[in-house]
Amino acid sequence: MFDGYTMGEIGAIFAMQGFAGLILFSVFVLMALGLAIIFGQMGVINMAHGEFMILGAYVTYLCSNFFADYIPALFGIYFFVAMFLAFLAAGALGALVEWAMIRHLYRRPLDTLLATWGLSLILQQTYRSIFGAREVGVTLPDWLMGSFALTDIIDVQINGLFVMGLTLLITVGVGLLMFKARFGRQVRAVMQNRMMAGAVGIDTEKVDRKTFALGCGIAGVAGSAFTMIGSTGPTAGQLYIVDTFLVVVFGGAQSLLGTIASAFTISQSQSAMEFFLSGSMAKVLTLLTVVGILMLRPQGLFSLKVRR
Amino acid sequence: MARILNMDRTQLLGFVLLAALVFLVLPLALDAFRLNMVGKYLTYAFVAVGLVLCWGYGGILSLGQGVFFGLGGYCMAMFLKLEASTPEATAIQSTPGIPDFMDWNQVTALPWFWEPFHNLAFTLFAVIAVPVAFAFIIGVAMFKRRVGGVYFAIITQAVAAILSILIIGQQGYTGGVNGITDLRTLLGWDIRTDSARTILYFVNGGLLFVCLFIAAWIKSTKFGRILVAMRGREDRVRFSGYDVSAFKIFVFCVAAGMAAVGGAMFTLQVGFMSPTFVGIVPSIEMVIFCAVGGRLSILGAVYGTLLVNWGKTTFSETFPELWLFAMGAVFIGVVLAFPNGLAGLWTDHVAPRLPRRLGGRPRPEAAQPAPAE
Repeated sequence: MFDGYTMGEIGAIFAMQGFAGLILFSVFVLMALGLAIIFGQMGVINMAHGEFMILGAYVTYLCSNFFADYIPALFGIYFFVAMFLAFLAAGALGALVEWAMIRHLYRRPLDTLLATWGLSLILQQTYRSIFGAREVGVTLPDWLMGSFALTDIIDVQINGLFVMGLTLLITVGVGLLMFKARFGRQVRAVMQNRMMAGAVGIDTEKVDRKTFALGCGIAGVAGSAFTMIGSTGPTAGQLYIVDTFLVVVFGGAQSLLGTIASAFTISQSQSAMEFFLSGSMAKVLTLLTVVGILMLRPQGLFSLKVRR
Repeated sequence: MARILNMDRTQLLGFVLLAALVFLVLPLALDAFRLNMVGKYLTYAFVAVGLVLCWGYGGILSLGQGVFFGLGGYCMAMFLKLEASTPEATAIQSTPGIPDFMDWNQVTALPWFWEPFHNLAFTLFAVIAVPVAFAFIIGVAMFKRRVGGVYFAIITQAVAAILSILIIGQQGYTGGVNGITDLRTLLGWDIRTDSARTILYFVNGGLLFVCLFIAAWIKSTKFGRILVAMRGREDRVRFSGYDVSAFKIFVFCVAAGMAAVGGAMFTLQVGFMSPTFVGIVPSIEMVIFCAVGGRLSILGAVYGTLLVNWGKTTFSETFPELWLFAMGAVFIGVVLAFPNGLAGLWTDHVAPRLPRRLGGRPRPEAAQPAPAE
């Protein structure tokens, strides 16, 4: 398959595909982080996670239109405002959903799956009624457009770099929040032993709601970042949901580090194969490999040693 | 019959009522077009009945039943397509005698795995054998490693995604996103006429009742009780000396086989098969048919399937925008408010008020089975 390429070209191909894989990796990590918190820590399967992400994307879209129409002078920084609003909107919706639906279903994880699937249908149709069935894209500010030319064949897009930087920042933030801050300790305490956590004075219901809202909020930010590299449609969330669940399960549901490692493996192998095979075959092979490995090692790559 | 299945009078009455509805009321009340449509709905009921066993009783939620429905349907469709692509009928193609979509995709010879589907006996065998074998492989791999619950659901979902992407991607061998269309005859018998469709409807109904009897029989045996026990406390069943994984594999294969028969009947009645019946979305919809009917009720699954699909057709004919809202609300409502579906409503509210000889029974004291996890 390497016939007709020089060594330098093959290197460049791998570098370019590797970079494309890194962008995919960023999207996976952002989506999977929220899911790892909700699914890994709380054990709730949120099939509407993709729709929370799309909510963030639509908030960004509205924000970009608003800035372009009313305050064009500040258009260069609209994205940061949009990201914050996306976090708030998705988080607020998440808290509402937790209160109305999820908290009644903590003992029935498979039923949450069905209920949140219903929620995702409703949200999809809501987006379609409000924004139309066609995909929408945002206008990037000037400083995010264009690319660096590293060598004469390797180009690096600035918006891709920006999304990666953002991912890094959010991941570190979430890591600090979960492992260093008081809130994270409470979350982990509640998930490991709900009764004991309640006994030492943690308001477990409140922690549940905040955790779910946080996971949804991160999904909103992911959606916001997603608009930088692709367009948004009402059903775009559904395309990613299975991959994201596989990323989380493959990484070992309880481990944030595992989630990142598995997002990296899956995205890199998929984008490397995409160059040589068709996109759909690359995806089939990647998913098959993941499912195969999960059959051999059901607990995922990184797993906590827990006594059951 | 009733004695073999350990049925009491109420259950028998339920079977008789459903049989009357399927074989008498619907064929008399509906025209050929609508009857064909109900026949299509009833093919989904095969999947729902399988899910009652697998999910309701066994507690194994599979989100990949569309895979087995699709495999069964594709096996049937391959046979019908080969029969429709005689060298005479396809004389205008650059390679006559192969299905039209292969010709469009520059495939010049029939792939090896299509060859055996010239034979009807092999096809009928494959309709059941291929999906069951596939389910067996998945089942052995998952259940022997004690993967269950949520993880199993996610992995079956991934399998559904993989298969539908594969079918769409391999256009030359599978017909791609359009599926296998333009199916005409079964051994020279035109399946597109109204009379043929009516006959197929009755064959379909008959097969559905065979599945219902199998399900009722499984439920009434010791195996059925072990399934329920496994759903409640899997470890205790294992400590009692039962091989839990073997039971799970078996019930998963039974559910897959039923789904496959439904898929094959779907192809025969509707006249095509496409990847839209394989992926994640149809697979989850099939779970909701079962949940609406009541995950613990074999007959309820049939009613649930009919009701949801009837609702889908009426809604999408009149208010296409509202359909997804309604479907979403059904998902949430059934899970939150009626975990035992229509059958639960019946046993809780209707049956206690019926006179005893019609099958009415006093309200059971706290006998309501807990919904499966």
